[in-house]
Amino acid sequence: MKWHVLRPLWVAIGLIGAILVARVFIVPDDFGVHGRNFTYGFYRLSNVQEWKDFPVKYQGREACVECHEENVHVHGASTHATVECENCHGPGVDHPDGVESLPLDTTRELCLRCHAYLEYPSSARGDLLGIEDRRHRRRNECIKCHNPHDPKEDMR
Amino acid sequence: MTCSRRDFLKDAVGGTLASVMPLSAFTFISSAEAKAAIAESKVRWAFLVDTNKCVGCGLCVKACKNENEIPYDAEVTRTWVERYVITKDGKTHIDSPMGGRDGYTSMEIDGQEIDPDNIDKAFFVPKLCNQCDNPACVQVCPVGATYQTNDGVVLIDRNWCIGCGYCIMACPYGVRFFHPVHKVADKCNFCYHRISKGMEPACVECCSFGARRLANLKDPDDPVTKIITTERVAVLKDEYGTKPHVFYLGLDANVR
Repeated sequence: MKWHVLRPLWVAIGLIGAILVARVFIVPDDFGVHGRNFTYGFYRLSNVQEWKDFPVKYQGREACVECHEENVHVHGASTHATVECENCHGPGVDHPDGVESLPLDTTRELCLRCHAYLEYPSSARGDLLGIEDRRHRRRNECIKCHNPHDPKEDMR
Repeated sequence: MTCSRRDFLKDAVGGTLASVMPLSAFTFISSAEAKAAIAESKVRWAFLVDTNKCVGCGLCVKACKNENEIPYDAEVTRTWVERYVITKDGKTHIDSPMGGRDGYTSMEIDGQEIDPDNIDKAFFVPKLCNQCDNPACVQVCPVGATYQTNDGVVLIDRNWCIGCGYCIMACPYGVRFFHPVHKVADKCNFCYHRISKGMEPACVECCSFGARRLANLKDPDDPVTKIITTERVAVLKDEYGTKPHVFYLGLDANVR
C-alpha cells in the first residue's frame, strides 16, 4: 500500500491505543458489571455506598419521645395520632445539638392540607372533618382555638 | 502471487497477535467471581400505594423534598400527587400544582370551579419512581451512570452522570428530572439511604393515612408483600413491559 494511505491508519491506531491507555487511569477500579448483566448493572460500585451515606433528615417520633415524652404521649392518644411530629415541627435532623429549635409550622395552610373541606364522593378526603376556608374565622391561625396535639380538647 | 513458507508463518503470527492484543484491554473473570457478583440479594424493594386512602394533603411531597434536598420552590419533585375529578359529563379534570406540594385546599382545578353536584368521582393518586425490573432509563444511559442495584432500586451516580437527559426522555412515567443544583438527572430512589438503614422512606413515614407503604417482595412474611401477592393490585403502563414495582390498590382506568 502507498504511504499516504498508511499514515492516517497509524494515526488512527495510535489514537485507539492512547484511549485504551488513558482509560486505565481514568476509569475507577470498581467500575464494571456488578448487577445481573451489562445492560442494567454496569456501574461504579462505590456509588451504592455513597447513596447509603446520604444524610437522614426525618428522624421519626421514636427520636422525639426521648425528650418530649409528655407531648408524644398526649398526641399519641389523640385523633391526630397518625400525624408524624415532623410534619408540623419540621425535620429533626441535628436537633437539639446543631439546630436548637425546629421550624414549627403553625400556619392555617398546614391544617388546610387535610381540613379544607372538599366535597368529593368516593374519596377519603370527603370523610375528613373539614371547614370552608372562606367562612371559618378567616384571619386566625387554627391553633388559637384548636390544640393540634389533642384536637378534641376545648381550648376556648 | 507467491508466498514463501517463512513469509506465511511471519504473517500468521503477526496477524494473530494483532487480533488478540486489543482483547487484553478487557478483563476476564472466573465463573466463581461472576457468581459472587450477581449474588442473589435477600431484598427486592417494592411499593404499595392505596389510592383509596390518599386525601391529597401533599405532606409526602413536602417530606420528600426536605429529605432528599430537592430545591423546595423549583418545579421538580421526586414524588408527586395527582388529583383526578371525573364529572358527570364524562370529562376528566387532572391537576398537580407544584406536584401537590402544598396539598389540595380548594375545589378549583386549573382556574375552573367544579360544582360538587356535577362530580361522579374524585380521587388522589400519588406517583413516584416505579423501580422497574426492566428500567428503560438504565438501558439508554450512554455512560453507565444509572443502574439497578441488587435489591431492585435504580440509582444515579451523580459523579458519573453527564446530564445528557436521555434517561429523562426514556422513562415512560416521567419520574426523572434534571436536578437544578447538581446538574445531573435525578429521581426517587425509595430513600435508599433510609431503607438500607431499616427506616421507612420519608414519604411513607410522613403519610398519616397509610396510603404509601414499602415492601420487601423477597420476604414472604412482610405484611405489605402479603397484600401485593394476595390482593388485586395494578401497575401503571403495564404495556411498556418495564415491569414496574410500584403497585396500586384501587387504581382507576382514568389514571395514566
